[in-house]
Amino acid sequence: MTQIEEVTIDQYKHLVSERALTGETMLLNMGPQHPSTHGVLRLLLELDGEVIVNCIPDIGFLHTGIEKNMEAKTFQKAEVMTDRLDYMNTMGNNLAYCMAVEKLVDLDVPPRAQALRVILVELQRIASHLVWLGTSGLDLAAMSMFLYCFREREQILDIFELVSGQRMMTTYIRPGGVWRDVPVEFETAVRDFLKIFPKRIDEYERLLTKNPLFIDRMVDIGYLSKETALSYGVTGPMLRASGVDWDLRKVRPYMGYEQYDFNVPVRTEGDTYARYLVRIDELRETLKIIEQALNKLPMGPVRSDNRKFVTPPRSEIGVSMEALIHHFKLWTEGFPAPDADIYCAIESPRGELGVLLAGDGGPKPRRVHMRTPSFDNLAVLSEMVKGLLVADLVAVLASTDIVLGDIDR
Amino acid sequence: MEKKLEPIVKALQEKFGVTVDEFRGEVHCFLKSEQIVDALTLMRDEHSFELLSVLTAVDYYPQTSPRFHVIYQLTSLSQNLSLQLRVPLNGDSLKVPTVTRVFKMAIWRERELFDMFGIEVDGHPDPRRILMPDDTEGHPLRRDFPLGYEEPQFTFNFDEIDLRKPYAKE
Repeated sequence: MTQIEEVTIDQYKHLVSERALTGETMLLNMGPQHPSTHGVLRLLLELDGEVIVNCIPDIGFLHTGIEKNMEAKTFQKAEVMTDRLDYMNTMGNNLAYCMAVEKLVDLDVPPRAQALRVILVELQRIASHLVWLGTSGLDLAAMSMFLYCFREREQILDIFELVSGQRMMTTYIRPGGVWRDVPVEFETAVRDFLKIFPKRIDEYERLLTKNPLFIDRMVDIGYLSKETALSYGVTGPMLRASGVDWDLRKVRPYMGYEQYDFNVPVRTEGDTYARYLVRIDELRETLKIIEQALNKLPMGPVRSDNRKFVTPPRSEIGVSMEALIHHFKLWTEGFPAPDADIYCAIESPRGELGVLLAGDGGPKPRRVHMRTPSFDNLAVLSEMVKGLLVADLVAVLASTDIVLGDIDR
Repeated sequence: MEKKLEPIVKALQEKFGVTVDEFRGEVHCFLKSEQIVDALTLMRDEHSFELLSVLTAVDYYPQTSPRFHVIYQLTSLSQNLSLQLRVPLNGDSLKVPTVTRVFKMAIWRERELFDMFGIEVDGHPDPRRILMPDDTEGHPLRRDFPLGYEEPQFTFNFDEIDLRKPYAKE
């Protein structure tokens, strides 16, 4: 038993302070079982009483091996792996990957597919923020928040089920467009959601924004300066809460985001409360985008007609031998991509979700690297929590909105 | 190449003699591994590339010279530009200097670089594995590392597979 303890401290010797070695401060494992650590994150804390001296996040429990698995599949088939990556942002992952493939092989997307992608990705952003809001409410002991948020998220998942047949692992967005056109009920379903959701945000805000308990636990907790955030590669709402106006939808518009009128919420306080407010404001801005995209949803095809990369519509297969051959060849062999690599990024609910895609001249990628935002957002955690109490750590961790599937890959 | 990027690439060429490659509007600059810290410092301080977005590698196995490219994708927020620096590594000298003093983000990403590709990082403050357990052999994202799988357990082979399962030991 004693031997095991010595080995453990050896490994972390260079990370903890001198006092930990003499036993003056205490080393405590928070997680993986702690509810606020999402089940697969261990935080090794060095504590001086209740005060955190050091926090060492320990990741790597999932071993999904998604990047490795994607190398063994063709470009089309590898897409299903991206769903499993960040399971709160499946549409966004699909979009990032498909955009990377489209850029690599130089493929155009018809306008209707672009608008549909925007609507679905923005709905997914709301769903993701709702899970964040619900679980961070839960972490700070607001149980009702969790129930309310999941009620609304359910409605979004119903829309996903309507368009793709799946609630979470959608794979609806495909290279060159989307899987198929949306059913007629889609518009009413989204409009219903747009109608009720603003009132629901007001409800959440009434519960939390001015709540004195909430404010006490969030204001001036977990300060993250602009410089630290940039140095650690933090992106998304966390960076915007630290006063950097950087949103890829605005600065490098993709999928026609330049047509939509929306604001990017920015706060300068850089604390947990600012991150909360940025995300709440984003919910409202996102609704604006969805409404505009739905209002001018163009008619037309939803998939590119480039038969080198995109399978023909299902209806053609019964009547055209050519279509059947294309379909068969594309799904068995895949399409070749140039021996080059590209980087393509979108703004996910957590920040810059980038895909580095390298082709090798054949139908399989040489390397797919997912630059996942949660990874860097968690790396900065130890800087943010030094000197805080253990209870504050829970609030700060909740405000980073990490998804462990995004981190372990 | 974008207009704004031209003087920056030119400065890199003059100072470090980089070779430049372009594909679909993305600019890749190839450097030697000993130049990378200086190059990144120059980019951050003088050309205001504040964000290091990606730090990873690509394995070109079975090609051996170079076998790996270590990739540093830089983003400039103020100018809205991005630029990729690459360090090609030959099969036998897998070593890059740490860039943690320039961008803190590299602390975890370089750990991942070692864990996944076995590229050693010189002078890294915390050189532990990050995603795999400490006693793992090999580096999973190398192209010559086989893709493993788990045999499904049925009634007829339950006992046989159960014996091989790595349950937590006492």
